[in-house]
Amino acid sequence: MMVLGIDIGSRSIEVVAMRQGEVVEKRHGPTTFNPVQQINHLLEGLEAQMAVATGYGRNLVQELSLGFPVQTITEIKAHGLGAHHLFPKGRTVLDIGGQDTKALSLLPGGRVGKFEMNDRCAAGTGKFLEYSAQIFQIPIQDFGAYALGGDNPPIINSMCTVFAETEATSLMAQGVKPENIALGLHLAIARRTVNMLNRVGLVLPLIFVGGVAHNPCMCNLLAEQTKTKIDETLFVPKEPDMSGALGAALWAQEIVAETT
Amino acid sequence: MTQESYEAMWESLNLDLSAHDGLLGVLGKFYGDIYMSQQGRLKGMEYLDFVLSEVHGLRIKELLEAKAQGRKIIGTFCVFVPEELALALDCVQVGLCAGADAGKEAAETLVPRNTCALIKSFVGFKLARLCPYTESCDLIVGETTCDGKKKAYEAFGELAPMYIMEVPQTKTPAARKLWKEEVLRYMATLESMTGKKVTAEKLAKAIKIVNDRRRVLQRLNKLRATVPTPISGRDVLLINQISFYDDPLRFTGAINALCDQLEERIKKGEGVVPQDTPRLMLSGCPMAVPNWKLPFIIESSGAVIVGEESCIGTRNTRDLVDESGQTLDEMLDALADRYMHIDCACFTPNDERLENIESMASELKVDGVVQYTLMFCQPYAHEGFKVEKRLTDHGTPSMILETDYSMEDVEQLKTRVEAFLETIK
Ligand code: SF4
Ligand code: SF4
Repeated sequence: MMVLGIDIGSRSIEVVAMRQGEVVEKRHGPTTFNPVQQINHLLEGLEAQMAVATGYGRNLVQELSLGFPVQTITEIKAHGLGAHHLFPKGRTVLDIGGQDTKALSLLPGGRVGKFEMNDRCAAGTGKFLEYSAQIFQIPIQDFGAYALGGDNPPIINSMCTVFAETEATSLMAQGVKPENIALGLHLAIARRTVNMLNRVGLVLPLIFVGGVAHNPCMCNLLAEQTKTKIDETLFVPKEPDMSGALGAALWAQEIVAETT
Repeated sequence: MTQESYEAMWESLNLDLSAHDGLLGVLGKFYGDIYMSQQGRLKGMEYLDFVLSEVHGLRIKELLEAKAQGRKIIGTFCVFVPEELALALDCVQVGLCAGADAGKEAAETLVPRNTCALIKSFVGFKLARLCPYTESCDLIVGETTCDGKKKAYEAFGELAPMYIMEVPQTKTPAARKLWKEEVLRYMATLESMTGKKVTAEKLAKAIKIVNDRRRVLQRLNKLRATVPTPISGRDVLLINQISFYDDPLRFTGAINALCDQLEERIKKGEGVVPQDTPRLMLSGCPMAVPNWKLPFIIESSGAVIVGEESCIGTRNTRDLVDESGQTLDEMLDALADRYMHIDCACFTPNDERLENIESMASELKVDGVVQYTLMFCQPYAHEGFKVEKRLTDHGTPSMILETDYSMEDVEQLKTRVEAFLETIK
């Protein structure tokens, strides 16, 4: 029988379907202004025994009349489970998503030890990068590659999306190479992230998940700042944004196993 | 709420009636959502519901009646101000700490933006003419605790009759001496204001009244140590909040009756939550009415609060004044000593607080501690690190939540609280 993990984030929704411990299907789409409809759409044709929802909008599933039981877990737990499943050796997880950054330490078995989240504003999250990319008029998915073209990043002090824009435009006016400014913006996030990781006690290997882990520049900078090596002490899954939904599906599996 | 009949009274206090109506509306709605929706509340809670529904009504009427009889109303912001002296001079003392966002914009014209919500709230309530307690006071007593309050009182003092007690910042013998002198200076001020004298007999009686109120709250806290706990944390917080403005004798009587009911419930093995509900303790800054945000979030996430290590909680009730003093002098010494035990984060060092937190966590059999800090509160934010370390060494999981009175971070807080519960389950 099949179980589902649904990760309802502020920017996107991911669905992972598992059967007998194997992932059988993955789907994703933007959250849109009508997330309930979008979830319904993403779940079309999926017959499950049990689902677990996670993410910012996890309680939305209560509004759906799905034909199977649904429970919720926080994205902290989901990312812990998902990341641990992908890289059982990992001890710390960093998730940079659309509006949240989270750092968590993993106990043996994938349980979460300590965790930290950014506070209410979007400073240092995917939103920050998205906003910055707009200043450069570069599609967000290309922004990381663009920043890799920089070699001498200026120090960007502000982590506030609005002030960072001011800083970036004034740097442009001073004639600083745009690629360097882009690199500087990435570096600002990486630095801040390291602080957060230190607060949960960074133990290696580190696993980097969430949509922003697609960004090659962020991966490089994170490795640099945490003195790790990609694929040795820093793991990035191929589909980093699916790890929350994967964790939720794994939890659904566990619930089913416990009750049968 | 029997609003209409009170309008004339509110008008006489120069409240901004329409803004005040708005505040009562919000308060009523909050109370409905957060309190009346609870399952399995005891009959004794009706006292709380009644007192809260009459918070700006009947109780204010009583205060004004007391005033008409020549009694003075004393407002305070801190548990350092000895209520015993006010009672010994036949005054009524009320706590003025405020827990609502109303008046915030107005407050920011007098205090910096990076001031904690509690301070902004009492300043805002004054400027926006929202609080009938503040407006009823003959004297408002401030104290030199944190910098935010100290400086805010300077501004506040231009709007209201203000008196400042100097609270020392250490617990050395010199500090104790200063404090004793401050107690005497305050007593002299109250005496000249009331035209009465504190006598040994009156002070003994007042000490007994305030001690009895502390005793009943201690009794309540002991009952909560039972697993499953017989009462929700929200209700106990409310009881603590009400203890700051209701008549002490009436309060003590009502809460003793409630404790009797709780004992019966415990005998039957009944809890307000299932046996295996995670038990959390709150620790840190005070939560004033109607700041029920965090307790509500915690208790709707499947946990129950069994302790409040704060000034609207055990910091106010843990220590009694020694009642063995015979002469006025002995009693005043006992009074000064008792207040010097308060483990407020404004003191340095403040290691007693760590001890107290650790023993509370053990006695109440908590599964975790949530440290609550108001944004921009330096003293408690600093101690957060130490407390966390101490609890970790003690084997008790803890988390720090920093927030204020606004509702915009509710979802964030929920996620954090739920995630914390996931880690301790
Ligand atoms: S926390 Fe300190 S300053 Fe605030 S009420 Fe308590 S004792 Fe007074
Ligand atoms: S909460 Fe902190 S900053 Fe605010 S009044 Fe109390 S001690 Fe001062």
